Amino acid sequence: MERRRERIDRGIKVRAGDVFALCSWREMLYLVAPRLIPILGFLLLPLVLGTYWQKVLLSVAVFALLAISWDILAQSGMISLGQALFFGLGAYCSGILNHTFGWHPLLALPAATLLGGLISTACLLPVLRLRGVYFSMVTLIIPLMLVRVVEATKVFGGTEGLSGIAPLPSKWIELYLIVGVLLAALFGFRRMLDSDYGLVLKGIKDNDRSVTNAGINIYWFKTQALFIASSIGALAGAFMTHVYMFVGMPVFALDYSILPIAAAVVGGPGTLAGATLGAVILVPLSEALRGIGGLRIVFYGCFLVVFIVALPEGIFHYVQRKYHQFERWVEVE
Amino acid sequence: MGAGVLLRLDSLYKNFGGIQAVTDLSFELAQGELLGLIGPNGSGKTTAVNLITGFVKPSKGAVVYRGRTISGLAPHAVVRLGISRTFQMVKPFYQLPAYKNMIIPLYSPRVKQLVGGRYGDRDAVALDLLEEVGFERDAQVAYKSAAVLPQGYLKRLELAKAMALRPDLIILDELFSGLSLAEVASIVPIIEKLRKEGKTIIMIEHRLKELFRIADRIVVLNFGQKIAEGRAEDVMASEDVKKAYLGVES
Repeated sequence: MERRRERIDRGIKVRAGDVFALCSWREMLYLVAPRLIPILGFLLLPLVLGTYWQKVLLSVAVFALLAISWDILAQSGMISLGQALFFGLGAYCSGILNHTFGWHPLLALPAATLLGGLISTACLLPVLRLRGVYFSMVTLIIPLMLVRVVEATKVFGGTEGLSGIAPLPSKWIELYLIVGVLLAALFGFRRMLDSDYGLVLKGIKDNDRSVTNAGINIYWFKTQALFIASSIGALAGAFMTHVYMFVGMPVFALDYSILPIAAAVVGGPGTLAGATLGAVILVPLSEALRGIGGLRIVFYGCFLVVFIVALPEGIFHYVQRKYHQFERWVEVE
Repeated sequence: MGAGVLLRLDSLYKNFGGIQAVTDLSFELAQGELLGLIGPNGSGKTTAVNLITGFVKPSKGAVVYRGRTISGLAPHAVVRLGISRTFQMVKPFYQLPAYKNMIIPLYSPRVKQLVGGRYGDRDAVALDLLEEVGFERDAQVAYKSAAVLPQGYLKRLELAKAMALRPDLIILDELFSGLSLAEVASIVPIIEKLRKEGKTIIMIEHRLKELFRIADRIVVLNFGQKIAEGRAEDVMASEDVKKAYLGVES
């Protein structure tokens, strides 16, 4: 007698799929818990962490934003290898607005978000027609080119960068600003991707001809997705400029391109929550491994490989499935 | 151009590298007509459709729709003028339920324009349209994931997607291929209903028997050229057509 594993949706999941006919606190909690845990976690953590780990939390939030930005692009069929472009442009915009024009950080930050988003979108607009790996290659190259431009032309402080940039008013504003932005981006853009608008974006990834054939200009939708994603990345960069009180060539570093992808892949792409979860795991792990010196990157790499082999769907999808379904073995004739 | 002419192909040429896919193709289509476009494999039928819908640009010649040259327009712009098509290879969004597959065409600017700037409840419209093409509402077929639907339903879904755009001209690219006789028989009334609503239709088909029963006029292509045009029985009596289809020397 052969056996096979059967997966069954939990009753509450089936009912909650469409109509909220809930009859107990337990069922309410079932729906609310997955949202409440990250919200409370992010809001309470700054209060209990020490100064060092508060900085790590900032880093987690920034990389989570970059990973969300990557995931939105990936959902729309654009695999980016250059989140550093968005990050770097946002960082330089905010730095210049504050350093050269004397704008207050709380003003420079939103301005740099929009400006960085606009410039990034303009940079990639000519290559929107490229698909797959060709688009990826261009996104990889542009930030590397910009580094050399800054170095060679010595604009914006050249290799020295711009220092003496004003910080945000207080440590708490810093922490809760970025955590708030992260939660808003996570839940807001998740909702967007679940809407009919999001369906069109995902449609472009799956079958762009079919979307074109519906009379929809896919390049216009891709441009919108690109602007949204690059603005999120620019915001992360602009924020870090005011945390470091410095902006320079390292903002275009490969780390800002690669780590968000690792976070999204380990966490589970396609949900934004997975990308956030990935950043929550990978950034502190990278910090914790700092103690072992040069071998850090090796351990980090091994961890990534093990995860990707063992859970190719990503942690979030795995946990989500376990949460919504139970499994049992049934006998097959 | 006559008063009732909806679409005119004006001496279209298309070559891909050295291959002449379409050569000097011209025909007209009257409002409300059902035109059958037939020909052996590789005769340029799908290229002709791609030329009309803007997916490929002609090397020479023009496509004129309602008196306006549309060759050179982007495909999405052509759809906005009221031309929609189905694809030979159905490629739905497999992970989505059938009715969610309808959301993208219902999100189209054309639909928004036609309903006066508001989209309304797209899910409900999607379910109605799917019922019209034979997704039994009682059996809840529309809620099933496209991945588990048989070919017959996927073809209907493709047709429903084209209908969702409320087109004036529908181009059906081998809608019947891969379907059983019974399935074809159940789709024919839907096409007849579209005609009664005044839609103009171009059908590319290999299922000639079924096509001839509903088509007003047939255009036959071979090696990218039009070799015959007219009523079904006249076309099939043509020696050129017999030669192209059967390879019979006259």
